[in-house]
Amino acid sequence: MSSEQTALSIDPVVPVPPVLQVENLEVHYGLRRRRRSALNGVSLNVAPGETVGIIGETGSGKSTLARAVLGLVRASAGSIVVGGEDIGAYGPRQWRALRRRGVIQYVFQDPLRSLDPDLTIEASLAEPLILQGVSREEAATRVRAFLSRVRLDEELLDRLPGELSGGQRQRVAVARALVTDPRLVILDEPVSALDSANRVQILQILKERRADGVALVFISHDLGSVAGIADRIAVLYRGELVEVGAARDVIGAPQHPYTRLLVGSAPTLHTAAADRAERAALRALLHA
Amino acid sequence: MTTLSEKLHVQADESTVSADPPAPVLSVRDVRISDQAGDREIVHGVSFALTPGRAVGIVGESGSGKTLACRAALGILPAHFEVTAGSIEIDGRDIAGLSSAEWTALRGATISAVFQDPASYLNPSIRVGAQVAEVIRVKKGVKRGEARRQAIDLLRAVHLRDPELVYGQYSFELSGGMLQRVLIAAAIAAGPRILIADEATTALDVTVQAEILDLLADLREETGLALVVVSHDLAVVAQLCDEVLVLRQGEVVEQGPTRQVLHDPQHEYTRLLIAEHEQYGLDRFLAPKEDA
Repeated sequence: MSSEQTALSIDPVVPVPPVLQVENLEVHYGLRRRRRSALNGVSLNVAPGETVGIIGETGSGKSTLARAVLGLVRASAGSIVVGGEDIGAYGPRQWRALRRRGVIQYVFQDPLRSLDPDLTIEASLAEPLILQGVSREEAATRVRAFLSRVRLDEELLDRLPGELSGGQRQRVAVARALVTDPRLVILDEPVSALDSANRVQILQILKERRADGVALVFISHDLGSVAGIADRIAVLYRGELVEVGAARDVIGAPQHPYTRLLVGSAPTLHTAAADRAERAALRALLHA
Repeated sequence: MTTLSEKLHVQADESTVSADPPAPVLSVRDVRISDQAGDREIVHGVSFALTPGRAVGIVGESGSGKTLACRAALGILPAHFEVTAGSIEIDGRDIAGLSSAEWTALRGATISAVFQDPASYLNPSIRVGAQVAEVIRVKKGVKRGEARRQAIDLLRAVHLRDPELVYGQYSFELSGGMLQRVLIAAAIAAGPRILIADEATTALDVTVQAEILDLLADLREETGLALVVVSHDLAVVAQLCDEVLVLRQGEVVEQGPTRQVLHDPQHEYTRLLIAEHEQYGLDRFLAPKEDA
């Protein structure tokens, strides 16, 4: 894993095999007449150490993409390759084994739902390590050593998730995802429920951890958060990736009408709000 | 006046044009709010004055007291919270000691509010249109048929595409953006002079947020509605407001015209909020327009 740290370079076309390779992914929900496409021919590569932001609104399919990569929904076509292994064909048992190895980890929006309410923070953090086969003693040592990296106090270890603030809880969820040294972490709206200070703190932690070579897929409806962390941004609109590029290009010079509408809608501090007439025109174009 | 204000049946009688500077519709003077249970002061003095057609923004993180300040102005502070000092005047009238009947007359007709989670303010088993019509019927004393007609006009005024259809739908059938429009329609139904928008666009997608912010700007411009915009996002407030208050742990650390606060922030906390946007936000990639 450590040999791949060089992949942190700015150029995304380094000759390192991607950690995540999604090709022509299709996901459908519903049966027969009610069958609807949630993802339509989505292809995306993520290099080791790279952070790819996926931006999209409610219903764009971004959570479906996360869930497909985690094996929580079944793809109807296409392939998902993680670390060289085609996981699309995995059965439940293989999935469990993969999750146990801690190669892929994930963080969701609501840490209260992803943390066991009856487990102390210490137990929650040690669990993924113990599942990997690490001894309890070593797990405890590693958890303690990891705390400072996610700005958590040791005194929180004895508490239950319900006794922490929202920001602390989400840092615990991030710590739990990162403690196993995963190669890929899928984060689905990890900062959307947090206020500005906590949001920035989580983004800082994630940025620092990229130095370990972990690849991040950062999914959000908030263009600002994605812009703050992603090397590349992929724009998902109605189940299709309509634009993929370097963060600077996607935000500075958006091409697709939907991306232009997104960028033009986001409130910013120093630039005047985008022209309303222009937004209306883009909307009309999209609905045409 | 304008078409929209006619649609909204706003009475323009009191606020007719005169040479005098307009009197504030809402003045908040050094308001302090305490938690009586813990005997702790939570809000340490908030002051601002809002004249018709103006917008003031309150920015701060969760727990900074911004929502408490709004709720005090609406007379809906949670149990055992109390305004312990200062005064709030709505339309020149001190709200201290208002009876609950007086409050009922004031709310909706003079001061109104929309909050973050629109679905939780609507009854899931009553059609949304009927809930807007109910406000009109009660507040304006009109007959059911007329209330229904006015409700549909309002749904149209908040740019819902098919107001007749939406009128007959239930809250679970509508998206978050549509629900917030319905709530705004209900909030402005009785032609209030002040609208408090407390994190009203926080839960919405950014393109929908832009539409709602546009709608608020329209209402303000066309009907002279005065706005109090509460948000954790400085950029949202900056876009809509003439004046900004930065609240931190119940203390106003900075207050002034929006441009001045953004371009020449005095307090380190304001500078931090701005820096967060510049480092972890869109502003990172977008060049300032004028002051390059």
